[in-house]
Amino acid sequence: MSRAAMQGTYLAEGSGPRAWLLTTDHKRVAWLYLISLTAFFFLGGAMAVLMRIELATPAGDLVSDDTYNRLFSLHGIIMVWFFLVPSIPATLGNFLLPLMIGARDLAFPRLNLASWYVFIFGSLFALFAVVAGGVDTGWTFYTPLSTLYANGWVSTAAFGVFIVGFSTIMTGINFIVTVHTLRAPGLTWFRLPIFVWTLYATSLVMVLATPVLAASLILIVLERVFGIGIFNPDLGGDPLLFQHLFWFYSHPAVYIMILPGMGVVSEVLPCFSRRPLFGYKAVAISSMAIAVFGFLVWGHHMFVSGQSAYAGVVFSFLSFCVAIPSAIKVFNWSLTLRKGEISFETPMLYALFFLALFTFGGLAGLFLASLAVDVHVHDTYFVIAHFHYIMVGGMVTAYMAGLHFWWPKMTGRMYSETAGRIAATVTFVGFNLTFFPQFVVGFDGMPRRYHTYPPEFQFWNVLSSAGAVVLAIGYLMPLFYLGWSLFRGTHATDNPWNATGLEWQTSSPPPPHNFETMPVVTRPAYAYDMKGLEHERFSPHREEAAR
Amino acid sequence: MSGTESIAFDTPQRERRADTFAMWVFIGSEAMLFGAIFLVFLVAHIDFGPAFAAASKHLSLPLGTFNTAVLITSSFTMALAHRAALQRRWRATVRALAATVSLGVCFLIVKGIEYGNEIHEGLAPLLGLPFRYAGPDPVHAEFFFGLYFMMTSLHALHLIGGIVVIAGMIALWRTASPANRLRRVVAVGLYWHFVDIVWVFMFPVLYLINR
Repeated sequence: MSRAAMQGTYLAEGSGPRAWLLTTDHKRVAWLYLISLTAFFFLGGAMAVLMRIELATPAGDLVSDDTYNRLFSLHGIIMVWFFLVPSIPATLGNFLLPLMIGARDLAFPRLNLASWYVFIFGSLFALFAVVAGGVDTGWTFYTPLSTLYANGWVSTAAFGVFIVGFSTIMTGINFIVTVHTLRAPGLTWFRLPIFVWTLYATSLVMVLATPVLAASLILIVLERVFGIGIFNPDLGGDPLLFQHLFWFYSHPAVYIMILPGMGVVSEVLPCFSRRPLFGYKAVAISSMAIAVFGFLVWGHHMFVSGQSAYAGVVFSFLSFCVAIPSAIKVFNWSLTLRKGEISFETPMLYALFFLALFTFGGLAGLFLASLAVDVHVHDTYFVIAHFHYIMVGGMVTAYMAGLHFWWPKMTGRMYSETAGRIAATVTFVGFNLTFFPQFVVGFDGMPRRYHTYPPEFQFWNVLSSAGAVVLAIGYLMPLFYLGWSLFRGTHATDNPWNATGLEWQTSSPPPPHNFETMPVVTRPAYAYDMKGLEHERFSPHREEAAR
Repeated sequence: MSGTESIAFDTPQRERRADTFAMWVFIGSEAMLFGAIFLVFLVAHIDFGPAFAAASKHLSLPLGTFNTAVLITSSFTMALAHRAALQRRWRATVRALAATVSLGVCFLIVKGIEYGNEIHEGLAPLLGLPFRYAGPDPVHAEFFFGLYFMMTSLHALHLIGGIVVIAGMIALWRTASPANRLRRVVAVGLYWHFVDIVWVFMFPVLYLINR
């Protein structure tokens, strides 16, 4: 893009490492996160590809069992804590939250930047553990394996995750306070875009669940380093207690990982079907319901761990309950499409794939919530397939949808629509090819976390490994055409999708403080049924351009 | 954007409200942290009540009681600082803050003496130190002392954090605008009271509950 077109935007506010590394502009901090998270995503992905290559044959021929244990542990640790938990909130959320509510920045811009530094510091700690020899406990750090038997760098990795937890809490507090105190005049709670609702719900979970993870990880470190045997049965401790504490965080954490994705899809689907979101209030309230219910179901990870059978029944029941708000959303998204003028641009393709994969993965979750079925499929590939359908098929697909949807706003550039559609389709095909076979082998009894398996499972494993290659191509493609668009892409208009929402009322890319004058909101969100919308609404940049 | 620290706010009043609210959210987060820790203790207490009761008698009740009084007094001086800041009596504010910091340091010193005594008596099952416990059921007594050191040191870390922040505030006092002074006193005051309240729960649970 010509230099002139960038004049007056946040991207022109000084270049060089200092201007970026010491920025307090939420839009630039979002880029810092985006770049580091992309690196982690491909690092974790590379480990997954190695595992899939190993699993193409039943024998353990590529890596040793010890290496394999370290591969899946680090894949899990990196993907969960250094990619999925921060993914949408820290990148798209950081960039869009102030824009969507008509604020100049987040409530605490310096805290926002600090959260990125804490994130980097903690993740480097964990990466050091990788370089120094790895961790073989799985991402869950289960005791007593992690405290008494594991010989890897457990303390270092756990401490790294502990530090990253602070970054999560900082982001959570910042978002909650921002939504409460910085909404534009007229932007009532029930006029907020659903993306803001889901970020708010996510932040609540971040703030209330992460400290419990911090407690459980620090107790592991204390046990390994100082010899305080909280989880050591020889000293009167209780290993099962760790699972309770861990899942009290980590189950809500799966909602940290999926709620923002639901928010993105709620923005994209109405835009590309030119219809208001069906059942807006139900979708908003169900986001909060998920955040609340998410705290009450941790015991379904422990059906076979030796917790009381009565507790198992209660947790099973509550786990079915938590499916209700998710189902409410799926029905409302589907009804949004009804009688819509649907067009299949890249973000919409990703959003529709999200809808399919999330529904599929969610239904598989109901199998797992049933006590008796869970005994059969616990710790098999069925579980792997279930949560990858939600976390990858759901969250990563939504992340891609959001990235393509708001890319013109973030960069002022359009990417190649053809390349985008191809990448989305390749991802969808590759994903299903990778993970659907895992449902089958899992139900047939193939356990997770082994680098060898009986030969009768090979057919499905070969399919899965082939799918992983296709999926990898699907994820690598955007890296190239989005990167290319940064330098050669055509100019984006302020509102290329003709979408509602305050973020589309300012220029692409936005000026440093987002809006020159406070916007005033007079309409509900997703007013796609109102005519002449884009001309009536407030547009500070257009006025400036006219000058 | 006059007189606010963050460009997001129009007026210092709104920024102060947001700060106070943020501190409450943070305290909610901290409450979950200590909640988990207390839960661990209470589960263990249900399992090994008698052993814990016997072990608890080896803690120093006089020093613990003295420290509780010290911390509650520090909350009082913190409240004085808040009141003085509201009335813009800045000298009085700084004096009250300094008193709060001193009481916090006093608490830490007494706690250090307690730790020293316990290590000396062989009641500290950490870092391979010798554990010499004469009472019944030494295995579970060891667990009690492990929990005791974990919980009290976690609390002490929070107290140190508060002391550092208040000391930093006093050091930067001259450069801060009146609005920022008030904002900081209110926020750090909330935190300080929270750390005190944690101790108010910790003291009976560890020292008193079995007497």
